[in-house]
Amino acid sequence: MTRFVERHPAWALIVIIAVAVVLWLIFAVWPPGLEDAIGRKRVFLNAVFNGITLGGLYFLVASGFTLIFGLMRNVNLAHGSLYLFGGYVGYAISASTGSWILAFIVAFILTALVGILLQVLVFRRMEGQDLRQTMVTIGLSIVFADLMLWACGGDFYQIQTPSWLIGPVELPLITALKSSGEPVYLRYPLVRLVIFLASVIIGIAMWLALNRTRIGMIIRAGVDDRDILAATGVRIQIVFVLVFALGAGLAGIAGVVGGTFQSLSPGEDIRFLLASLVVVIVGGMGSIPGAALGALIIGLAEQLGSVYIPTYAIVVTFLIMVLVLALRPQGLLARR
Amino acid sequence: MLKGSLGLIALSGLLMSGTAFAQEKIKVGVTATLEGTYTVLGEDGIRGFQTALNVLGKKVGDKELEFVIASTDATPDSAVRAVRKLIEQDKVQILLSPLSGDEGIAVKNFAKTHPELTFINAASGAQETTYVDPAPNFFRYNMDGAQWQVGLGKYAYDTKGYRKIATVGEDYSFIYTQVFGLVLEFCGAGGQVTNRQWVPLGTKDFASVIAALPDDVDAIYLGLGGGDAVNFLNQYQQAGGKAHLMGGSIMIDQTILSSKGNAKNALIGTLAASGQADTWEDPGWQKFVKDYQDAFPPNKRFPSPSLLATNYYGSTMALILALRQVNGDLSDNQSKYKAALAKIELDAPNGKIKLDSNRQAIGTNFVTEVVDDGKGALFSKVVKVIPNVNQTLGYDPAVFAKIGLPSRTVPECKKY
Repeated sequence: MTRFVERHPAWALIVIIAVAVVLWLIFAVWPPGLEDAIGRKRVFLNAVFNGITLGGLYFLVASGFTLIFGLMRNVNLAHGSLYLFGGYVGYAISASTGSWILAFIVAFILTALVGILLQVLVFRRMEGQDLRQTMVTIGLSIVFADLMLWACGGDFYQIQTPSWLIGPVELPLITALKSSGEPVYLRYPLVRLVIFLASVIIGIAMWLALNRTRIGMIIRAGVDDRDILAATGVRIQIVFVLVFALGAGLAGIAGVVGGTFQSLSPGEDIRFLLASLVVVIVGGMGSIPGAALGALIIGLAEQLGSVYIPTYAIVVTFLIMVLVLALRPQGLLARR
Repeated sequence: MLKGSLGLIALSGLLMSGTAFAQEKIKVGVTATLEGTYTVLGEDGIRGFQTALNVLGKKVGDKELEFVIASTDATPDSAVRAVRKLIEQDKVQILLSPLSGDEGIAVKNFAKTHPELTFINAASGAQETTYVDPAPNFFRYNMDGAQWQVGLGKYAYDTKGYRKIATVGEDYSFIYTQVFGLVLEFCGAGGQVTNRQWVPLGTKDFASVIAALPDDVDAIYLGLGGGDAVNFLNQYQQAGGKAHLMGGSIMIDQTILSSKGNAKNALIGTLAASGQADTWEDPGWQKFVKDYQDAFPPNKRFPSPSLLATNYYGSTMALILALRQVNGDLSDNQSKYKAALAKIELDAPNGKIKLDSNRQAIGTNFVTEVVDDGKGALFSKVVKVIPNVNQTLGYDPAVFAKIGLPSRTVPECKKY
């Protein structure tokens, strides 16, 4: 941090000013002139919060994707199918038992199992052959999509939000002052806050597991140099299976989250695959903090875009990707 | 080797059977949105099509109809690709296509490159398809999106007392046409449309759109369909939304009213207008509902047919009945068949349908309100039936032409 300030004093100043402006926009009561220029503060705050919570969902999907890529150099293009599969499993469980929490657990376990099967039956047979892996996973994603269409139909499924999470809560952020001077606080859907908190907790847990535990050390070593790690006697195939199961399970959890605050239907698999690809390209392939930063940027861009430039909202995410690829092709937080 | 030669024999057998019966078959290509946001709509469209075949049969004189179904995803290029494949690869002679608004405009333009074939619109409802530079071989037996909104604006203004509304709609031609019909009538009656929000087709996260909804209006009009509508309602419920709602023709439809989960309950009491009403008591409609219900097991269909099923049913009906009138004669570039199609008057489940000089349907429209049947299923209950709705919505054609074509900002909110 201090090194960055010493090396790029001008950039550091710009960043500090930008952060200050954003904080002011969030916490201050907007003067009437600003409201006339860019709309009500409630809309802005909602867009920012939605962007952050959507980023949380993207992070859940993309972190598994980036973890698998970082360690095994597998571009798993069937990752979106794992997301959708997890969502359907979650729906089945929550519809039959009525338990939202159980839906997460079962979805995690089942998608992790599918992930293990994928690693053992597919990826292990074609280690190091990028193109073959890519083609095979594209093929698999098409097969999975049709199987799920066959089993679940083209219908829209929503996982029932538990009753204690329905409805908005008031946050201590003032959106406006009534004419009597009484402040109006921001009301925000509780379920999205909970989901965001959960993804933050998962993110921190992953970071701790990677940086503070023995198995995390092995995985990090594997990311840096797989061959040397194998030569030291670590049973690398078991580590691979474990990481693949974790990555797939995270996609499954994300499916339940997505099914709760959006909906599940055919085509969602491709959408989330694309989203996680963009997130990972922006953040840097193989880096967990990169996935978090990328998810945040893409989520915010989508939501602020849909409010302030609705016509071009779709373009914004890809524009960001193009910019990153042009200026920093390895991604914002890539290590190498 | 053995396997290979067996395959060859099977293949040649297939080809031979093809030539042997070629004289007695008429090939029809059908497209539906069986992928993407509108999958559910496409599936129910195909159910309506199947119901029509069950009722009318596949025989035309001594010839048999053969159908090839192709899938699209509601984008114009997917529709043209599917239609092209049906014509060039499957050699179909008649097309029943497409389902969605933008697809309709693209297929109409493509139809001009094949003047010898006949195109019967399956369900698409953009105004431009038959209003601007229509193709002589393109026939549409369903009304367009603006016709489907007739009655809604007046009813909202006079009976419900709404004075100011805002709209949220998907950003493409069919919804432009729907909002066009609504705005024209609501503003004509004296109402105000303060804000029109457009979201891309396939939007999943509506939270910011919901936050940006104005709260100083009497009602919010939703022009969404398929997955978008379900997502909107789900997030609207989570955000604790309480406004009065009004709905477009594919928003208040069984595709949404029978979706899984309870977010749809926000729609109870919602005012809408469409080319059909679930609880209409007309015997023709009731018979159609029964035919539809009998054709599929309850878990493979909706409780009552959606607008798409009804449209596909009507179009298939026109296709077969006109073909029977000419006894399956497709000679001379299908000219006799086309003449029969242009003249035919349908006794469709959702009222009488005839075509105008642009080969666009003149039909019956319904203003409805969503009710709960007491067992958790939602239906649209008819509150007003308006017969003989034409494409210029009762306006003088010269006045109508001055309004302009439906778009994000057309028509202006004023009395024309």
